[in-house]
Amino acid sequence: MNKILGKTYFSERVVKLEVEAPLIAKARRPGNFVIVRVGERGERVPLTIAGADTRRGSITLVVQVVGASSRKLCALEVGDHVTDLVGPLGKPTRVERVGTVLACGGGVGIAPLLPIAGAFKEAGNRVVSVIAARTREFIILEEEIRACSDEVIVMTDDGSYGNKGVITTGMEAVIVRERVELAVTIGPAIMMKFAAALTRRHAIPTIASLNALMVDGTGMCGACRVTVGGKTRFTCVDGPEFDAHEVDFDEMLARLDGLRDEERNKDITSV
Amino acid sequence: MEITSDRNEAWRKALRVAFPAKDRLAIERVTMPEVPPAERVKSQRVEVNKGVTPAMAQREARRCMDCVTPACMEGCPVGVDIPGFVKEIERGEFTRAAAVLKRASALPAVCGRVCPQEKQCEERCFLVQKLKKEAVAIGYLERFAADHERETGDAPLPESLPANGIRVAVVGSGPSGLSCAGDLAKAGFDVTVFEALHEIGGVLKYGIPEFRLPNRVVDAEIDQLRRLGVRFVTNYIVGMTGTLDDLRADGFRCFYISSGAGLPRFMNIPGENSNGILSANEYLTRVNLMGAGSVEADTPVYRGRHVVVVGGGNTAMDSARTARRLGAERVMIVYRRGEEEMPARVEEVKHAREEGCEFITLTNPMAYLADERRRVKQVIVQRMTLGEADESGRRTPVAVEGSEYALDTDMVIVAVGVSPNPIIPRSVPGLAVSRRGTIEVDPESMQTSVPDLYAGGDIVRGGATVILAMGDGRRAAQHICRRFSGT
Repeated sequence: MNKILGKTYFSERVVKLEVEAPLIAKARRPGNFVIVRVGERGERVPLTIAGADTRRGSITLVVQVVGASSRKLCALEVGDHVTDLVGPLGKPTRVERVGTVLACGGGVGIAPLLPIAGAFKEAGNRVVSVIAARTREFIILEEEIRACSDEVIVMTDDGSYGNKGVITTGMEAVIVRERVELAVTIGPAIMMKFAAALTRRHAIPTIASLNALMVDGTGMCGACRVTVGGKTRFTCVDGPEFDAHEVDFDEMLARLDGLRDEERNKDITSV
Repeated sequence: MEITSDRNEAWRKALRVAFPAKDRLAIERVTMPEVPPAERVKSQRVEVNKGVTPAMAQREARRCMDCVTPACMEGCPVGVDIPGFVKEIERGEFTRAAAVLKRASALPAVCGRVCPQEKQCEERCFLVQKLKKEAVAIGYLERFAADHERETGDAPLPESLPANGIRVAVVGSGPSGLSCAGDLAKAGFDVTVFEALHEIGGVLKYGIPEFRLPNRVVDAEIDQLRRLGVRFVTNYIVGMTGTLDDLRADGFRCFYISSGAGLPRFMNIPGENSNGILSANEYLTRVNLMGAGSVEADTPVYRGRHVVVVGGGNTAMDSARTARRLGAERVMIVYRRGEEEMPARVEEVKHAREEGCEFITLTNPMAYLADERRRVKQVIVQRMTLGEADESGRRTPVAVEGSEYALDTDMVIVAVGVSPNPIIPRSVPGLAVSRRGTIEVDPESMQTSVPDLYAGGDIVRGGATVILAMGDGRRAAQHICRRFSGT
């Protein structure tokens, strides 16, 4: 049982939770994720860690309501407990000094991008961040991203904030303007697919942090398998970060939807 | 392994005299009462084997000849005093029988259900070896004694030595870890078991279905360990949540790694990542650990109408039988060797067949075809024949060219084995690991290349049985006791 220490609404459907987890706060590195479970009949859900405070012994998670499990998690208030929390999981980001890093986050993907961008900045890189969302209300953590970036470009699909357009428009503006050594992309699979296609054309090495379906998160089930460079890899123990140019995003998109019918059936019967 | 059998006690002598061998040999082996197939396939939780009655158990125990040198015990990886507990049953001392079991086994109610006795103790039974008769039903009797103790609430704690204050960490709460923890606790150690999942029990919970091993049986054995003073920490991944050095700094002086074979193998054939194709580990974990078969659980699981299960082991049988219980109309077990070569227990194969699972043997998948939504719709299989025997003594399957055909399916469960979980091996500097990823140990002591680290079970064996894993745990515990004796 881990206590909720803080809760902030970024928007009606996006919530930032500060959860008590002193060991994870100490052990986690940028790029790690955790598995969270709410309620004795709850599902195990992977979430990338958005930040940690070792002094308070807590980690930060940013959750978007998309189904029954995220709804339960977002309904928790300060003082409530998550039933189970385990981590940190996955391999951390390999942070090196490479030069200029293009840090790209879409939607709630901006949250896990934050510690990674911060780590690259701390390692002495020039960090240009591109954060994107459908509308203004889904642009989150802008100030925090600014604090660890040399420059931030904000993109919204509808132009309600920042520049109008998708994330790749913002990325391309940087790529044609200056030399970029590495791109990092976190967000919806479809966004990462197009971001990877863009950087491949420009031959910029790119990391994608994948958000696959998982059960245990420790290599045991294989639900999170993904094809990378023609080989099957497990997102939980081999990732979650892979060479974006080698990831079969079409397969990944299909796999993310694999259990949709079964989930819908559950939703109907549990009403 | 220490074997104690007080065959010369007066009551044992008296029993032997009271019933001559001729009378004992005339008794037929007991048949396990079962829930009928049509009824049991309606529930994931109804245990198929109902267990024997006290009268049946005593009668079966009478078949045991109480041999001078009980060969059955040589077949038991944890060294249970088999005639010792069987004769206690014969004379009606059921609680004492359970106590004899508990001297060697931390999990007798589990072993009595899932051990392959037919390949271990029962295979060595005098009745089989010398008289070509059916073995004493040692497994049924073990289960009977353990169940009797649990159900009557008549469970005295096994005797333990005074606390020695030495902290030992056990990594993983499956059968190997529980066995080691139990022996160490009885020897006076301060034992903490760290488990990555949110439930204690490892494969006993996530892997073996309730129709074969009910959770309440596992929980009762875990409770016994708690009463012995063993502490359990869930949601803690050693190597991730904390390192061995963190635990050493917390005062742990020795470690037993039993983190299991938590990495399912796939065949790496075309289309294998299509939707509707999953590992047996995933399928069984969703259903057993997460309760996905129930509408109240949040965790979803695929529901196939025409399910293909690939593999011939117990996990394949468990998956096939689970699929039947979750409503599959047709379940096809596809195995590349013949039924003779199947590693699954005979009882599991029998139960699967009774429950309507089809066996398509000498057949191997080559590729999967998917529909426009990337959901599997067909598996292309190939006929096989058996060639030369390999090093394990089993004949190697050889493909029959041009024998390919398609099976229609909407869900495939891949149960072709597991590899060692990589988390511990890669988080411990200096740990010797084999090419296959298993931790290397001294086979006598189970000690690894890191002096305060012992390991056993599937992380060492790469995929074995509950009882072999338990045997490793016991051996490591003995060595740990010796290591600290005199301190």
